[in-house]
Amino acid sequence: MADRKTARNWYYWRPKLSTASTHIALLLTALLIAAPIIFALIKSTQSTAQINTYPPQFSVGTAAAENYGVAWERYNLGRLMLNTLAVAGSVMVGKTILSLFAALAFVYFDFRFKGLIFIFVLITLMMPVPVRIVPLFKLISNLGWGDTMAALTVPFLASATGMFLFRQHFMSIPSSLVDAARVDGVGPMRFLWQILIPMSLNTIGALAVIEFVYLWNQYLWPLIIVSSNDNQMIQMAVKRLTTAGPEGIVHWGVSMAGVVITMLPPLIMFIILQEQFMRGFALTEEK
Amino acid sequence: MESKFPSKWLPYIVLLPTIVVCGMFLYYPVAQSFSWSLLRSAFMGLRTMYVGTQNYVRLFTSPAYLESLWVTLLFAGGIVGLGLSISLAIALLANRKVRFSRIYRIALIWPYALSPAVAGTIWLFLFNPTAGIVNYVLERTIGISPDWVTSQPLAVFLVITAAVWKNLGYNIVFFLAGLQNVPGQVLEAARIDGASSWRCFWRITLPLLSPTAFFLLIMNMIYAFFGTFGLIDVLTKGGPAGATNILIYNLYRDAFQHNKWGLAATQSVILFVMVVGLTLIQFRTTGKKVHYGG
Repeated sequence: MADRKTARNWYYWRPKLSTASTHIALLLTALLIAAPIIFALIKSTQSTAQINTYPPQFSVGTAAAENYGVAWERYNLGRLMLNTLAVAGSVMVGKTILSLFAALAFVYFDFRFKGLIFIFVLITLMMPVPVRIVPLFKLISNLGWGDTMAALTVPFLASATGMFLFRQHFMSIPSSLVDAARVDGVGPMRFLWQILIPMSLNTIGALAVIEFVYLWNQYLWPLIIVSSNDNQMIQMAVKRLTTAGPEGIVHWGVSMAGVVITMLPPLIMFIILQEQFMRGFALTEEK
Repeated sequence: MESKFPSKWLPYIVLLPTIVVCGMFLYYPVAQSFSWSLLRSAFMGLRTMYVGTQNYVRLFTSPAYLESLWVTLLFAGGIVGLGLSISLAIALLANRKVRFSRIYRIALIWPYALSPAVAGTIWLFLFNPTAGIVNYVLERTIGISPDWVTSQPLAVFLVITAAVWKNLGYNIVFFLAGLQNVPGQVLEAARIDGASSWRCFWRITLPLLSPTAFFLLIMNMIYAFFGTFGLIDVLTKGGPAGATNILIYNLYRDAFQHNKWGLAATQSVILFVMVVGLTLIQFRTTGKKVHYGG
Protein backbone atom coordinates (compact mmCIF):
# COMPACT_ATOMS: atom_id res chain seq x y z
CA MET A 1 0.00 0.00 0.00
CA ALA A 2 2.69 2.40 1.07
CA ASP A 3 4.59 1.63 -2.13
CA ARG A 4 1.64 2.39 -4.34
CA LYS A 5 1.06 5.65 -2.59
CA THR A 6 4.61 6.90 -3.03
CA ALA A 7 4.53 5.73 -6.63
CA ARG A 8 1.41 7.77 -7.30
CA ASN A 9 3.03 10.73 -5.67
CA TRP A 10 6.08 10.37 -7.84
CA TYR A 11 4.07 10.24 -11.04
CA TYR A 12 2.12 13.25 -9.85
CA TRP A 13 5.18 15.27 -8.91
CA ARG A 14 7.61 14.29 -11.61
CA PRO A 15 6.20 16.44 -14.47
CA LYS A 16 5.76 19.38 -12.14
CA LEU A 17 9.33 19.08 -10.94
CA SER A 18 10.58 18.80 -14.48
CA THR A 19 8.63 21.90 -15.53
CA ALA A 20 9.93 23.83 -12.54
CA SER A 21 13.51 22.85 -13.28
CA THR A 22 13.05 23.89 -16.93
CA HIS A 23 11.83 27.30 -15.79
CA ILE A 24 14.74 27.68 -13.41
CA ALA A 25 17.26 26.62 -16.05
CA LEU A 26 15.77 29.00 -18.62
CA LEU A 27 15.74 31.89 -16.17
CA LEU A 28 19.33 31.27 -15.16
CA THR A 29 20.49 31.00 -18.77
CA ALA A 30 18.69 34.20 -19.73
CA LEU A 31 20.24 35.92 -16.73
CA LEU A 32 23.70 34.66 -17.61
CA ILE A 33 23.36 35.88 -21.21
CA ALA A 34 22.13 39.27 -20.00
CA ALA A 35 24.73 39.56 -17.20
CA PRO A 36 27.32 41.60 -19.17
CA ILE A 37 24.64 44.11 -20.19
CA ILE A 38 23.19 44.30 -16.67
CA PHE A 39 26.69 44.99 -15.40
CA ALA A 40 27.14 47.69 -18.07
CA LEU A 41 23.77 49.23 -17.13
CA ILE A 42 24.64 49.40 -13.43
CA LYS A 43 28.11 50.81 -14.04
CA SER A 44 26.74 53.41 -16.45
CA THR A 45 25.10 55.08 -13.45
CA GLN A 46 28.19 55.16 -11.23
CA SER A 47 30.77 57.89 -10.84
CA THR A 48 34.47 57.16 -11.30
CA ALA A 49 34.92 56.98 -7.54
CA GLN A 50 32.04 54.50 -7.20
CA ILE A 51 33.42 52.34 -10.03
CA ASN A 52 36.89 52.23 -8.54
CA THR A 53 35.85 51.22 -5.02
CA TYR A 54 36.96 47.83 -3.82
CA PRO A 55 35.01 45.56 -3.51
CA PRO A 56 32.94 46.62 -6.55
CA GLN A 57 29.49 48.04 -5.92
CA PHE A 58 26.49 46.46 -7.62
CA SER A 59 23.96 49.10 -6.76
CA VAL A 60 22.73 51.94 -8.93
CA GLY A 61 25.10 54.87 -8.62
CA THR A 62 24.51 58.59 -8.43
CA ALA A 63 26.08 59.78 -11.68
CA ALA A 64 23.58 58.46 -14.24
CA ALA A 65 22.48 61.83 -15.62
CA GLU A 66 26.05 63.09 -15.75
CA ASN A 67 27.45 59.97 -17.48
CA TYR A 68 24.74 59.81 -20.12
CA GLY A 69 25.01 63.55 -20.71
CA VAL A 70 28.79 63.45 -21.11
CA ALA A 71 28.65 60.40 -23.39
CA TRP A 72 26.01 62.06 -25.55
CA GLU A 73 28.00 65.29 -25.91
CA ARG A 74 31.56 64.02 -26.05
CA TYR A 75 30.99 61.32 -28.66
CA ASN A 76 28.57 63.32 -30.81
CA LEU A 77 26.04 60.50 -30.38
CA GLY A 78 22.98 62.44 -31.52
CA ARG A 79 24.52 63.40 -34.83
CA LEU A 80 26.08 59.99 -35.47
CA MET A 81 22.87 58.14 -34.62
CA LEU A 82 20.93 60.38 -37.02
CA ASN A 83 23.51 59.72 -39.77
CA THR A 84 23.28 55.99 -39.18
CA LEU A 85 19.49 56.09 -39.08
CA ALA A 86 19.45 57.95 -42.42
CA VAL A 87 21.84 55.47 -44.02
CA ALA A 88 20.06 52.43 -42.59
CA GLY A 89 16.66 53.81 -43.60
CA SER A 90 17.67 54.54 -47.19
CA VAL A 91 19.41 51.22 -47.68
CA MET A 92 16.50 49.31 -46.16
CA VAL A 93 13.95 50.99 -48.43
CA GLY A 94 16.13 50.73 -51.52
CA LYS A 95 17.14 47.17 -50.88
CA THR A 96 13.58 46.06 -50.19
CA ILE A 97 12.35 47.60 -53.44
CA LEU A 98 15.20 46.18 -55.55
CA SER A 99 14.82 42.75 -53.95
CA LEU A 100 11.05 42.74 -54.53
CA PHE A 101 11.61 43.72 -58.17
CA ALA A 102 14.21 41.04 -58.70
CA ALA A 103 12.09 38.36 -57.05
CA LEU A 104 9.08 39.46 -59.13
CA ALA A 105 11.10 38.99 -62.31
CA PHE A 106 12.46 35.59 -61.29
CA VAL A 107 9.16 34.11 -60.12
CA TYR A 108 6.51 35.64 -62.38
CA PHE A 109 8.28 35.99 -65.73
CA ASP A 110 10.01 33.83 -68.29
CA PHE A 111 12.82 35.56 -70.11
CA ARG A 112 16.12 34.84 -71.78
CA PHE A 113 19.18 34.41 -69.56
CA LYS A 114 16.94 34.03 -66.51
CA GLY A 115 19.01 31.24 -64.99
CA LEU A 116 22.23 33.05 -65.77
CA ILE A 117 21.10 36.32 -64.18
CA PHE A 118 19.84 34.43 -61.13
CA ILE A 119 23.25 32.81 -60.65
CA PHE A 120 24.89 36.20 -61.26
CA VAL A 121 22.96 37.69 -58.33
CA LEU A 122 23.34 34.62 -56.11
CA ILE A 123 27.13 34.54 -56.49
CA THR A 124 27.36 37.98 -54.86
CA LEU A 125 26.68 36.16 -51.57
CA MET A 126 30.35 35.25 -51.68
CA MET A 127 31.51 38.85 -52.00
CA PRO A 128 31.47 40.48 -48.57
CA VAL A 129 33.14 43.89 -48.34
CA PRO A 130 36.57 42.54 -47.19
CA VAL A 131 37.18 40.58 -50.40
CA ARG A 132 36.84 43.74 -52.50
CA ILE A 133 37.75 46.42 -50.00
CA VAL A 134 40.81 47.97 -51.64
CA PRO A 135 39.36 48.39 -55.16
CA LEU A 136 36.00 49.44 -53.72
CA PHE A 137 37.71 52.11 -51.65
CA LYS A 138 39.52 53.42 -54.74
CA LEU A 139 36.35 53.26 -56.85
CA ILE A 140 34.34 55.24 -54.32
CA SER A 141 37.14 57.80 -54.00
CA ASN A 142 37.39 58.15 -57.79
CA LEU A 143 33.65 58.70 -57.99
CA GLY A 144 34.15 61.54 -55.52
CA TRP A 145 31.88 59.81 -53.01
CA GLY A 146 34.39 59.60 -50.18
CA ASP A 147 32.89 60.96 -46.96
CA THR A 148 29.38 61.12 -48.42
CA MET A 149 26.20 59.24 -47.74
CA ALA A 150 26.35 57.75 -51.25
CA ALA A 151 29.45 55.76 -50.26
CA LEU A 152 27.54 54.20 -47.40
CA THR A 153 24.31 53.47 -49.25
CA VAL A 154 24.64 52.85 -53.01
CA PRO A 155 27.07 49.88 -52.91
CA PHE A 156 24.71 48.10 -50.49
CA LEU A 157 21.44 48.47 -52.41
CA ALA A 158 21.49 45.13 -54.21
CA SER A 159 21.10 42.04 -52.13
CA ALA A 160 21.15 38.36 -52.92
CA THR A 161 19.76 37.65 -49.45
CA GLY A 162 16.72 39.89 -49.98
CA MET A 163 16.08 38.61 -53.49
CA PHE A 164 16.32 35.04 -52.24
CA LEU A 165 14.01 35.59 -49.25
CA PHE A 166 11.30 37.18 -51.42
CA ARG A 167 11.71 34.59 -54.15
CA GLN A 168 11.21 31.74 -51.67
CA HIS A 169 8.16 33.49 -50.29
CA PHE A 170 6.62 34.24 -53.70
CA MET A 171 7.12 30.63 -54.74
CA SER A 172 4.98 29.54 -51.80
CA ILE A 173 2.07 31.72 -52.96
CA PRO A 174 -0.46 29.72 -55.07
CA SER A 175 -0.09 30.44 -58.77
CA SER A 176 -3.87 30.63 -59.15
CA LEU A 177 -3.49 34.17 -57.81
CA VAL A 178 -1.51 35.20 -60.88
CA ASP A 179 -4.07 33.60 -63.16
CA ALA A 180 -6.88 35.44 -61.42
CA ALA A 181 -4.94 38.68 -61.65
CA ARG A 182 -4.30 38.18 -65.35
CA VAL A 183 -7.95 37.35 -66.06
CA ASP A 184 -8.93 40.56 -64.30
CA GLY A 185 -6.41 42.48 -66.38
CA VAL A 186 -4.14 43.33 -63.43
CA GLY A 187 -0.64 44.13 -64.66
CA PRO A 188 2.53 42.88 -62.94
CA MET A 189 3.30 46.13 -61.15
CA ARG A 190 -0.17 46.43 -59.71
CA PHE A 191 0.00 42.73 -58.82
CA LEU A 192 3.21 43.40 -56.92
CA TRP A 193 1.90 46.47 -55.18
CA GLN A 194 -1.62 45.37 -54.30
CA ILE A 195 -1.27 41.61 -53.84
CA LEU A 196 2.32 40.49 -53.32
CA ILE A 197 3.50 43.22 -50.95
CA PRO A 198 0.54 42.91 -48.56
CA MET A 199 1.17 39.16 -48.52
CA SER A 200 4.90 39.61 -47.84
CA LEU A 201 4.81 41.72 -44.70
CA ASN A 202 6.47 39.01 -42.60
CA THR A 203 9.34 38.70 -45.06
CA ILE A 204 9.67 42.47 -45.31
CA GLY A 205 9.81 42.63 -41.51
CA ALA A 206 12.46 39.92 -41.37
CA LEU A 207 14.60 41.66 -43.99
CA ALA A 208 14.15 44.97 -42.16
CA VAL A 209 15.56 43.49 -38.92
CA ILE A 210 18.47 41.77 -40.64
CA GLU A 211 19.39 44.88 -42.61
CA PHE A 212 18.91 47.35 -39.78
CA VAL A 213 21.07 45.30 -37.44
CA TYR A 214 23.70 44.82 -40.16
CA LEU A 215 23.83 48.49 -41.13
CA TRP A 216 23.73 49.86 -37.59
CA ASN A 217 26.58 47.58 -36.62
CA GLN A 218 28.74 48.14 -39.71
CA TYR A 219 32.28 48.97 -38.67
CA LEU A 220 35.06 48.38 -41.18
CA TRP A 221 33.58 50.23 -44.16
CA PRO A 222 32.74 53.50 -42.33
CA LEU A 223 36.11 53.29 -40.59
CA ILE A 224 37.96 53.64 -43.88
CA ILE A 225 35.57 55.56 -46.14
CA VAL A 226 34.28 58.33 -43.83
CA SER A 227 36.81 60.94 -42.83
CA SER A 228 34.89 63.70 -41.02
CA ASN A 229 33.42 63.12 -37.61
CA ASP A 230 30.14 64.81 -38.51
CA ASN A 231 29.44 62.32 -41.31
CA GLN A 232 30.48 59.29 -39.30
CA MET A 233 28.50 56.15 -38.45
CA ILE A 234 27.64 55.19 -34.90
CA GLN A 235 30.07 52.29 -34.46
CA MET A 236 32.97 54.74 -34.80
CA ALA A 237 31.66 56.39 -31.63
CA VAL A 238 31.76 52.97 -29.95
CA LYS A 239 35.36 52.62 -31.13
CA ARG A 240 36.25 55.86 -29.35
CA LEU A 241 34.43 54.98 -26.12
CA THR A 242 37.40 53.02 -24.80
CA THR A 243 40.08 55.51 -25.71
CA ALA A 244 41.14 57.80 -22.90
CA GLY A 245 39.03 60.91 -22.37
CA PRO A 246 40.31 64.41 -21.59
CA GLU A 247 41.17 63.26 -18.05
CA GLY A 248 43.79 60.96 -19.57
CA ILE A 249 42.00 57.82 -18.42
CA VAL A 250 39.00 55.83 -19.63
CA HIS A 251 35.90 56.92 -17.75
CA TRP A 252 34.08 53.60 -17.65
CA GLY A 253 30.80 55.05 -16.43
CA VAL A 254 30.66 57.30 -19.50
CA SER A 255 31.80 54.44 -21.78
CA MET A 256 29.06 52.15 -20.53
CA ALA A 257 26.49 54.93 -20.88
CA GLY A 258 27.63 55.28 -24.50
CA VAL A 259 27.33 51.52 -25.01
CA VAL A 260 23.79 51.52 -23.64
CA ILE A 261 22.68 54.43 -25.84
CA THR A 262 24.19 53.08 -29.05
CA MET A 263 22.89 49.53 -28.64
CA LEU A 264 19.27 50.54 -28.09
CA PRO A 265 17.99 51.26 -31.64
CA PRO A 266 18.80 47.84 -33.16
CA LEU A 267 17.63 46.15 -29.97
CA ILE A 268 14.27 47.93 -30.09
CA MET A 269 13.92 47.12 -33.78
CA PHE A 270 14.71 43.48 -33.05
CA ILE A 271 12.26 43.16 -30.17
CA ILE A 272 9.43 44.78 -32.16
CA LEU A 273 9.99 42.54 -35.19
CA GLN A 274 11.35 39.37 -33.53
CA GLU A 275 8.31 37.30 -34.53
CA GLN A 276 8.80 38.23 -38.21
CA PHE A 277 12.51 37.63 -37.86
CA MET A 278 12.03 34.12 -36.48
CA ARG A 279 9.41 33.19 -39.07
CA GLY A 280 10.60 34.94 -42.18
CA PHE A 281 14.31 34.41 -41.79
CA ALA A 282 15.29 31.26 -39.93
CA LEU A 283 12.40 29.18 -41.19
CA THR A 284 12.88 29.91 -44.88
CA GLU A 285 16.62 30.41 -45.16
CA GLU A 286 17.37 26.76 -44.72
CA LYS A 287 15.94 23.83 -46.69
CA MET B 1 3.90 24.80 -64.77
CA GLU B 2 3.67 28.16 -63.07
CA SER B 3 1.70 31.01 -64.45
CA LYS B 4 3.72 33.90 -65.82
CA PHE B 5 3.08 37.40 -66.99
CA PRO B 6 3.72 37.90 -70.69
CA SER B 7 6.27 40.64 -71.11
CA LYS B 8 9.51 40.72 -72.99
CA TRP B 9 11.13 43.77 -71.50
CA LEU B 10 9.67 44.31 -68.03
CA PRO B 11 11.75 41.64 -66.24
CA TYR B 12 14.95 43.19 -67.59
CA ILE B 13 13.87 46.66 -66.48
CA VAL B 14 13.07 45.61 -62.91
CA LEU B 15 16.30 43.62 -62.73
CA LEU B 16 18.44 46.40 -64.16
CA PRO B 17 19.19 48.27 -60.89
CA THR B 18 20.21 45.03 -59.17
CA ILE B 19 22.44 44.03 -62.07
CA VAL B 20 24.08 47.46 -62.25
CA VAL B 21 24.81 47.62 -58.51
CA CYS B 22 26.08 44.03 -58.42
CA GLY B 23 28.26 44.59 -61.46
CA MET B 24 29.70 47.92 -60.46
CA PHE B 25 30.18 47.54 -56.71
CA LEU B 26 30.58 43.78 -56.30
CA TYR B 27 31.89 42.04 -59.42
CA TYR B 28 34.11 44.84 -60.66
CA PRO B 29 36.01 45.38 -57.37
CA VAL B 30 36.40 41.62 -56.86
CA ALA B 31 37.84 41.32 -60.38
CA GLN B 32 40.13 44.24 -59.63
CA SER B 33 41.30 42.51 -56.44
CA PHE B 34 42.51 39.71 -58.71
CA SER B 35 44.34 41.99 -61.13
CA TRP B 36 45.77 44.18 -58.40
CA SER B 37 47.11 41.13 -56.59
CA LEU B 38 49.68 40.99 -59.39
CA LEU B 39 50.85 44.53 -58.72
CA ARG B 40 53.10 46.10 -56.20
CA SER B 41 52.73 49.65 -54.99
CA ALA B 42 55.63 51.98 -54.37
CA PHE B 43 56.01 55.56 -53.17
CA MET B 44 53.17 55.43 -50.62
CA GLY B 45 50.86 53.76 -53.09
CA LEU B 46 51.29 56.42 -55.77
CA ARG B 47 52.96 54.17 -58.34
CA THR B 48 52.46 50.51 -59.16
CA MET B 49 54.39 47.89 -61.08
CA TYR B 50 53.59 44.41 -62.32
CA VAL B 51 55.20 41.71 -60.18
CA GLY B 52 53.39 38.52 -61.25
CA THR B 53 52.75 36.08 -58.44
CA GLN B 54 55.35 37.67 -56.23
CA ASN B 55 52.74 38.88 -53.71
CA TYR B 56 51.41 35.36 -53.27
CA VAL B 57 54.88 33.96 -52.78
CA ARG B 58 55.68 36.73 -50.35
CA LEU B 59 52.58 36.08 -48.25
CA PHE B 60 52.90 32.32 -48.10
CA THR B 61 56.55 32.53 -47.12
CA SER B 62 55.97 35.27 -44.55
CA PRO B 63 55.94 33.91 -40.98
CA ALA B 64 53.70 36.79 -39.91
CA TYR B 65 51.07 36.00 -42.54
CA LEU B 66 51.18 32.28 -41.85
CA GLU B 67 50.77 33.04 -38.17
CA SER B 68 47.79 35.23 -39.00
CA LEU B 69 46.31 32.35 -40.97
CA TRP B 70 46.86 30.01 -38.06
CA VAL B 71 45.38 32.53 -35.60
CA THR B 72 42.30 32.85 -37.83
CA LEU B 73 41.76 29.10 -37.94
CA LEU B 74 42.20 28.81 -34.18
CA PHE B 75 39.81 31.69 -33.66
CA ALA B 76 37.23 30.24 -36.07
CA GLY B 77 37.58 26.81 -34.47
CA GLY B 78 37.00 28.29 -31.03
CA ILE B 79 33.96 30.25 -32.15
CA VAL B 80 32.45 27.26 -33.96
CA GLY B 81 33.16 24.73 -31.21
CA LEU B 82 32.11 26.84 -28.24
CA GLY B 83 29.37 28.76 -30.02
CA LEU B 84 27.59 25.78 -31.56
CA SER B 85 27.70 23.56 -28.49
CA ILE B 86 26.50 26.24 -26.09
CA SER B 87 23.76 27.49 -28.39
CA LEU B 88 22.56 23.95 -29.14
CA ALA B 89 22.26 23.24 -25.41
CA ILE B 90 20.32 26.47 -24.91
CA ALA B 91 18.09 25.77 -27.92
CA LEU B 92 17.23 22.30 -26.58
CA LEU B 93 16.28 23.90 -23.30
CA ALA B 94 14.23 26.63 -24.99
CA ASN B 95 12.47 24.07 -27.17
CA ARG B 96 10.73 22.47 -24.17
CA LYS B 97 7.05 23.18 -24.03
CA VAL B 98 6.58 25.40 -21.01
CA ARG B 99 4.59 28.56 -20.33
CA PHE B 100 6.11 31.87 -21.41
CA SER B 101 8.36 30.06 -23.89
CA ARG B 102 8.05 32.96 -26.35
CA ILE B 103 9.30 35.42 -23.75
CA TYR B 104 12.15 33.09 -22.84
CA ARG B 105 13.15 32.90 -26.48
CA ILE B 106 13.42 36.67 -26.79
CA ALA B 107 15.42 36.73 -23.55
CA LEU B 108 17.84 34.21 -25.05
CA ILE B 109 18.38 35.54 -28.56
CA TRP B 110 18.46 39.33 -28.21
CA PRO B 111 22.31 39.64 -28.26
CA TYR B 112 21.89 39.09 -32.01
CA ALA B 113 21.12 42.81 -32.24
CA LEU B 114 24.34 43.89 -30.48
CA SER B 115 27.32 45.01 -32.50
CA PRO B 116 30.70 43.28 -32.27
CA ALA B 117 32.21 46.60 -31.19
CA VAL B 118 29.74 46.85 -28.31
CA ALA B 119 30.57 43.29 -27.27
CA GLY B 120 34.26 44.20 -27.37
CA THR B 121 33.73 47.35 -25.31
CA ILE B 122 31.78 45.54 -22.61
CA TRP B 123 34.34 42.72 -22.52
CA LEU B 124 37.15 45.21 -22.15
CA PHE B 125 35.40 46.56 -19.08
CA LEU B 126 34.38 43.18 -17.61
CA PHE B 127 37.96 41.95 -17.84
CA ASN B 128 39.58 45.22 -16.80
CA PRO B 129 42.06 44.37 -14.02
CA THR B 130 41.05 47.24 -11.74
CA ALA B 131 37.46 48.23 -12.51
CA GLY B 132 36.13 44.97 -13.98
CA ILE B 133 34.19 42.22 -12.28
CA VAL B 134 35.96 39.12 -13.59
CA ASN B 135 39.25 39.82 -11.87
CA TYR B 136 37.47 40.68 -8.65
CA VAL B 137 35.74 37.28 -8.65
CA LEU B 138 38.94 35.46 -9.63
CA GLU B 139 40.91 37.21 -6.92
CA ARG B 140 38.36 36.40 -4.24
CA THR B 141 37.99 32.76 -5.25
CA ILE B 142 41.37 31.55 -6.48
CA GLY B 143 43.58 34.52 -5.74
CA ILE B 144 44.73 35.49 -9.24
CA SER B 145 44.29 38.73 -11.16
CA PRO B 146 45.57 38.29 -14.71
CA ASP B 147 46.09 41.09 -17.21
CA TRP B 148 43.97 39.77 -20.03
CA VAL B 149 44.85 41.91 -23.02
CA THR B 150 48.61 41.67 -22.63
CA SER B 151 48.82 37.89 -22.35
CA GLN B 152 48.63 36.02 -25.65
CA PRO B 153 46.46 33.02 -24.69
CA LEU B 154 44.23 35.16 -22.48
CA ALA B 155 43.69 37.72 -25.25
CA VAL B 156 42.66 34.90 -27.59
CA PHE B 157 40.28 33.63 -24.91
CA LEU B 158 38.88 37.15 -24.56
CA VAL B 159 38.11 37.68 -28.25
CA ILE B 160 36.66 34.19 -28.67
CA THR B 161 34.31 34.46 -25.68
CA ALA B 162 33.15 37.95 -26.67
CA ALA B 163 32.51 36.78 -30.23
CA VAL B 164 30.65 33.68 -29.04
CA TRP B 165 28.46 35.64 -26.64
CA LYS B 166 27.51 38.12 -29.33
CA ASN B 167 26.59 35.38 -31.82
CA LEU B 168 24.64 33.08 -29.46
CA GLY B 169 21.30 34.58 -30.44
CA TYR B 170 21.83 33.96 -34.14
CA ASN B 171 22.77 30.33 -33.54
CA ILE B 172 19.89 29.71 -31.14
CA VAL B 173 17.36 31.05 -33.67
CA PHE B 174 18.52 28.60 -36.31
CA PHE B 175 18.76 25.65 -33.92
CA LEU B 176 15.21 26.36 -32.71
CA ALA B 177 14.03 26.46 -36.32
CA GLY B 178 15.86 23.20 -36.98
CA LEU B 179 14.35 21.57 -33.90
CA GLN B 180 10.88 22.20 -35.31
CA ASN B 181 11.75 19.71 -38.04
CA VAL B 182 12.37 16.94 -35.52
CA PRO B 183 9.12 14.97 -35.54
CA GLY B 184 7.65 14.61 -32.06
CA GLN B 185 6.15 11.19 -32.82
CA VAL B 186 9.52 9.66 -33.56
CA LEU B 187 10.92 10.87 -30.24
CA GLU B 188 7.80 9.66 -28.44
CA ALA B 189 8.01 6.24 -30.07
CA ALA B 190 11.67 5.96 -29.07
CA ARG B 191 10.77 6.95 -25.53
CA ILE B 192 8.03 4.29 -25.34
CA ASP B 193 10.55 1.73 -26.55
CA GLY B 194 12.65 2.67 -23.55
CA ALA B 195 15.33 4.89 -25.09
CA SER B 196 16.88 7.36 -22.65
CA SER B 197 16.82 11.10 -23.37
CA TRP B 198 20.55 10.98 -23.87
CA ARG B 199 20.21 8.25 -26.49
CA CYS B 200 17.29 10.03 -28.17
CA PHE B 201 19.41 13.13 -28.50
CA TRP B 202 22.41 11.38 -30.05
CA ARG B 203 20.48 8.97 -32.26
CA ILE B 204 17.50 11.06 -33.39
CA THR B 205 17.70 14.78 -32.64
CA LEU B 206 21.32 15.40 -33.55
CA PRO B 207 21.27 13.57 -36.90
CA LEU B 208 18.09 15.42 -37.87
CA LEU B 209 19.71 18.70 -36.83
CA SER B 210 22.88 18.09 -38.82
CA PRO B 211 21.87 20.25 -41.83
CA THR B 212 21.21 23.17 -39.46
CA ALA B 213 24.43 22.53 -37.58
CA PHE B 214 26.36 22.43 -40.81
CA PHE B 215 24.79 25.62 -42.09
CA LEU B 216 25.69 27.29 -38.78
CA LEU B 217 29.21 25.93 -38.92
CA ILE B 218 29.79 27.73 -42.21
CA MET B 219 28.02 30.91 -41.10
CA ASN B 220 30.05 31.00 -37.87
CA MET B 221 33.27 30.56 -39.80
CA ILE B 222 32.36 33.46 -42.06
CA TYR B 223 31.44 35.45 -38.95
CA ALA B 224 34.82 34.60 -37.40
CA PHE B 225 36.62 35.61 -40.61
CA PHE B 226 34.87 38.93 -41.23
CA GLY B 227 32.19 39.79 -38.70
CA THR B 228 34.54 40.09 -35.75
CA PHE B 229 36.68 42.91 -37.11
CA GLY B 230 35.12 45.58 -34.87
CA LEU B 231 35.43 43.38 -31.82
CA ILE B 232 39.13 42.85 -32.37
CA ASP B 233 39.74 46.50 -33.19
CA VAL B 234 38.19 47.51 -29.87
CA LEU B 235 39.59 44.70 -27.71
CA THR B 236 43.14 43.92 -28.81
CA LYS B 237 43.95 45.61 -32.14
CA GLY B 238 45.40 42.30 -33.25
CA GLY B 239 47.79 42.08 -30.34
CA PRO B 240 49.53 41.21 -28.18
CA ALA B 241 52.32 40.43 -30.63
CA GLY B 242 49.91 39.26 -33.32
CA ALA B 243 48.06 36.76 -31.11
CA THR B 244 44.64 37.99 -32.32
CA ASN B 245 45.78 39.36 -35.68
CA ILE B 246 43.23 37.54 -37.85
CA LEU B 247 43.47 37.73 -41.65
CA ILE B 248 40.98 40.57 -42.08
CA TYR B 249 42.79 42.66 -39.47
CA ASN B 250 46.11 42.00 -41.15
CA LEU B 251 44.58 43.00 -44.50
CA TYR B 252 43.16 46.22 -43.05
CA ARG B 253 46.52 47.21 -41.65
CA ASP B 254 48.44 46.45 -44.82
CA ALA B 255 45.93 48.34 -46.95
CA PHE B 256 45.02 51.35 -44.87
CA GLN B 257 47.91 51.84 -42.48
CA HIS B 258 50.85 50.74 -44.63
CA ASN B 259 49.41 51.60 -48.09
CA LYS B 260 50.45 48.23 -49.51
CA TRP B 261 47.59 48.03 -52.00
CA GLY B 262 48.89 45.15 -54.05
CA LEU B 263 49.68 43.02 -51.04
CA ALA B 264 46.27 43.83 -49.53
CA ALA B 265 44.49 42.94 -52.78
CA THR B 266 46.31 39.60 -52.71
CA GLN B 267 45.00 38.98 -49.21
CA SER B 268 41.50 39.84 -50.44
CA VAL B 269 41.85 37.21 -53.15
CA ILE B 270 42.95 34.62 -50.60
CA LEU B 271 39.96 35.43 -48.40
CA PHE B 272 37.68 35.27 -51.45
CA VAL B 273 38.94 31.80 -52.33
CA MET B 274 38.25 30.70 -48.74
CA VAL B 275 34.69 32.10 -48.83
CA VAL B 276 34.01 30.44 -52.18
CA GLY B 277 35.29 27.15 -50.79
CA LEU B 278 33.11 27.36 -47.70
CA THR B 279 30.04 28.38 -49.68
CA LEU B 280 30.46 25.59 -52.21
CA ILE B 281 30.82 23.03 -49.43
CA GLN B 282 27.67 24.39 -47.84
CA PHE B 283 25.66 24.34 -51.08
CA ARG B 284 26.70 20.81 -51.88
CA THR B 285 26.09 19.30 -48.47
CA THR B 286 22.82 21.03 -47.63
CA GLY B 287 21.61 19.97 -51.06
CA LYS B 288 22.43 16.39 -50.19
CA LYS B 289 20.67 16.54 -46.83
CA VAL B 290 23.31 15.51 -44.33
CA HIS B 291 20.95 13.66 -42.00
CA TYR B 292 20.16 10.86 -44.45
CA GLY B 293 23.81 9.87 -44.47
CA GLY B 294 24.15 8.63 -40.89
